[in-house]
Amino acid sequence: MSDEPNKGLQSPLRRKLLMGAAALPLISILPRPSFGAGPATSVVNTTGLAVTDTEVTVGILHSATGTMAISETGSIQAEKLAIEQINAMGGVLGRKIKFIQEDGASDWPTFAEKAKKLLVNDKVAAIMGCWTSASRKAVLPVVEQYNGMLYYPTFYEGLEQSKNVIYTGQEATQQILAGLNWIAKEKGAKSFFFIGSDYIWPRTSNKIARKHVENVLKGKVVGEEYYALGSTQFNSVINKIKLTKPDVIFTDVVGGSNVAFYKQLKAAGVDLSKQALLTISVTEDEIDGIGGENIAGAYACMKYFQSLDNANNKAFVPAFKKLWGEKTVIGDVTQAGYLGPWLWKLTVEKAGSFDVDKIAAASPGVEFKEAPEGYVRIHENHHLWSKTRVGRAKLDGQFELIFETSDLVEPDPFPKGYQ
Amino acid sequence: MINSRFFNRSELIGFIALAAILFVILPLSLDVFRLNLVAKYLTYAFVAIGLVLCWGYGGILSLGQGVFFGLGGYCMAMFLKLEASSVENTKIQSTPGIPDFMDWNQITALPLFWQPFHSLTFTIAAIILVPSLFALIIGTAMFKRRVGGTYFAIITQAVAAILTILIVGQQGYTGGINGMTDLRTLKGWDIRPDHAKVILYFVEVVLLFACIGIAQFIRLTKLGRILVAMREQEDRVRFSGYSVANFKIFAFCMAAVFAAIGGAMFALNVGFMSPSFVGIVPSIEMVIYTAVGGRMSIFGAVWGSLLVNFAKTGLSESFPQLWLFGLGALFIAVVLAFPNGLSGIWADYVQPRIDRLLASRKSKPKDGWNSVADGAPAE
Repeated sequence: MSDEPNKGLQSPLRRKLLMGAAALPLISILPRPSFGAGPATSVVNTTGLAVTDTEVTVGILHSATGTMAISETGSIQAEKLAIEQINAMGGVLGRKIKFIQEDGASDWPTFAEKAKKLLVNDKVAAIMGCWTSASRKAVLPVVEQYNGMLYYPTFYEGLEQSKNVIYTGQEATQQILAGLNWIAKEKGAKSFFFIGSDYIWPRTSNKIARKHVENVLKGKVVGEEYYALGSTQFNSVINKIKLTKPDVIFTDVVGGSNVAFYKQLKAAGVDLSKQALLTISVTEDEIDGIGGENIAGAYACMKYFQSLDNANNKAFVPAFKKLWGEKTVIGDVTQAGYLGPWLWKLTVEKAGSFDVDKIAAASPGVEFKEAPEGYVRIHENHHLWSKTRVGRAKLDGQFELIFETSDLVEPDPFPKGYQ
Repeated sequence: MINSRFFNRSELIGFIALAAILFVILPLSLDVFRLNLVAKYLTYAFVAIGLVLCWGYGGILSLGQGVFFGLGGYCMAMFLKLEASSVENTKIQSTPGIPDFMDWNQITALPLFWQPFHSLTFTIAAIILVPSLFALIIGTAMFKRRVGGTYFAIITQAVAAILTILIVGQQGYTGGINGMTDLRTLKGWDIRPDHAKVILYFVEVVLLFACIGIAQFIRLTKLGRILVAMREQEDRVRFSGYSVANFKIFAFCMAAVFAAIGGAMFALNVGFMSPSFVGIVPSIEMVIYTAVGGRMSIFGAVWGSLLVNFAKTGLSESFPQLWLFGLGALFIAVVLAFPNGLSGIWADYVQPRIDRLLASRKSKPKDGWNSVADGAPAE
C-alpha cells in the first residue's frame, strides 16, 4: 500500500480518479473496487480504533427485536444500503467498511450495554444507532465516556447537544414550527388540540408547539392529552375533540397506538378531509400499519417523504427497494438513517482521519449533496440544516408534497422562548 | 432435624466453588467490560436468592420482585442523580442544580421527597426500609386475609404494572420512560472508570455472599423449617398455633430487601435506572432465573442468574435477529426436562457419580443435595 499522509487533504474526487486510474489495467479482472490504497493506518488512526489497511469497522445498534423493531428495521436497512454503496465506490480513505450489528432489543439498558461492547471490545470507528429518545439517553453517557461517535437518525425533542453525537433527524423546533406556520396561514387555524404519547418527545414537542401557537400565532390550545405508550383506547379524547371542535388536531402519538387512534377516529366519524389533522409522528412506515384508508387526508410535517421529486431521491428509492424488496416503504427516519454512514464518510475524508476528536471537530460544515431529501449540511451544534415539508396522506399510503420551506431551517436544540 | 453445621458437605463444595469463581477466576480471566457485565448479572442473583426463600421455601410465588428491585435501584439512582446534577454540571438548564429531566418537564425546584436523598446515610437506610415497608404493607394486606397462591402472584404482578405506570406517568419526578441516566459519582468518587468498576464488583460479591449467608442461616433455623412446613401443609401449621401470615410476611419482606440491595447495586454498576426493570416482564424474568437455577437451591439461584444472562448476552451478540427464539427454547427445554433446574441436574446426575467415586474409597456419606432433601415442589 502507498504511504501518503497528505492524501486525506486532497479532494475526494481527485483521489477517486487516481484510484480509478491505478485500477484501470485490472478492471477486466476485478469487478469490485480494491481496498488498501488509502493513507497509512498509523496516520489516520491514532487512538486504536478498529481500522486496518483495508478495513474499517463501524457498529449498527438498533432494535432488531421487541416493540421498536418495526420502526428501527428501516433504519438498519438504510444504513446497510449506505455502507454497501460507499464500499462499491471505494470505501472510506481506501478502506472497506465492515459493520457489526448489535440488537438493542427495545430495551434501553441493553442499548447502553451493547454500545459499550461496540466501543470497548470492537473499537468501532462510529456507531449508527438508537431510535427512541430513551435509548439515546441511555447510550449518550457511554459514547461520551469512551469517546465514540454516534449518528442518531430520529427526529427528537432537542435540549441536547454532544460532541460525540451527530443528529441526522430534525430537532423539535425545526420540525414543528414551519408546519404550524403553514397550517395557520393556509387553513386560518386558530384553535389546536394536542394528543401525544406520554414521554419526553411528545411532551417537549407539544410544549414548543403550545408556546408557538399562543405567543406567535396568537391562537389557542383547547386541549392537551397524553396516553401511555402502547395505549389503544382513544375514544374519550375523540369525544372531547368532537365537543371542542378544534381547527387542527395536532398529534405526536407514536408506534402501534397510531393504528388504534386513526381507526377509532374514522369510526367516530371524524372526516380527515374536512377536519385538519397535523401529525409529526406518522411516516410511511406507520401508515403501513394504520392503513391508507384510515388516514388519507391527514397532514404530516417532517423533512422527507418517499414521494419527493428530486434526482437524488429518484436514485435512492429504487436502490433501497432493489436491496430490501419492492414492498418496503421509506419513511423520514429511514432516510435520516441513510444519511449517517454518508456523513461519517464525508467527515472522515474531510478530516483525513478516523480519530473521533478530529471527526467531531471537522463535522460542522460537512455537506451531503446527494441526500435523498435534497441537501443537508452539519451545523456547529452537530444537528443538520434541512428543509421542513408538509405532506398529505393519500389512500395508497404515500404522501403528496404540499409545502416545503424555501430555505434550509436552522437547527436550534436549545430554543430561546420555547423552554 | 436441624443440621448442626452451617453448610453440609455438598453445600460446602458449592460455596467454595462459587467463591473461587466469583472472587478469583472471573476477575482474573475477564476484561473489565465483561466483569462489569457479570456484576450486572449478579444484581439479579440477589433477587433470585430472595425468591428461593420466599418461593422455593415459603411457597409464595411473587411475580412482582421487579417492584423491590426498582425501589432499591431508584433510591440509589436518586442519590447519584442529585450528585450528578450539581449547579456547575447543569449550567445549560433553565434551572441549574436540579436533575435534567425535571428541567425538561418545567419543574423549577427540587420536590420535597427528593430532598433527603442528598444524604448517603438516608439513601442506604431508604434502600432497605422503603422496600421492606412496602412489602410489609402488601404482605399484611394479603396474607392476613389469607390471600395466597395464584391470587397473590396476580396481585404482585398488578403492583408491578401499577408502579411502572406511576413512574412513566410522573416523568417530572422520576425521569419517566427514559429513567435516570448519566449517573456519575458516589460522594465525589467517579463510578465510571475501569478501576471503579472492579472495586464495585468486589463490593457486590461481598454483599452477595452476605446475603447467601443470611439466607442459609434463615433456612437452617426453626424459621426455615416452618416455612417449608407452611408450604407443604399450611393448615396444619396454623392449627399447631403458628401465625402463618406473619411468617409469610417475613419471608416476603426478606425477599424484598434482597431484591432492593440488588437494585441499588445495579444502579451503581450500570449507572442507570429505568422503569424497564420494574414491570411485569423483568419480574417474570427474575422468577425464571430462580427456576433455571433450581428454586430450592441458594447457590443454584446465583448460577441461574449468571447463566441465563450470559446466554442472553452471548446469543444476542451472535444472532441479533434470532436470539430471543433461542433463549425461549432454552427455557422450555429446562423446565420440561429438568423441573428442579440446574441444581436438580447436579443432584440427579453429577452428585451421585461423585458419591460413587468417593464411596469406592470410603463409606458413602449421608448428606444429600439440599434440593433432594427438601422434596417435592409446592403448588
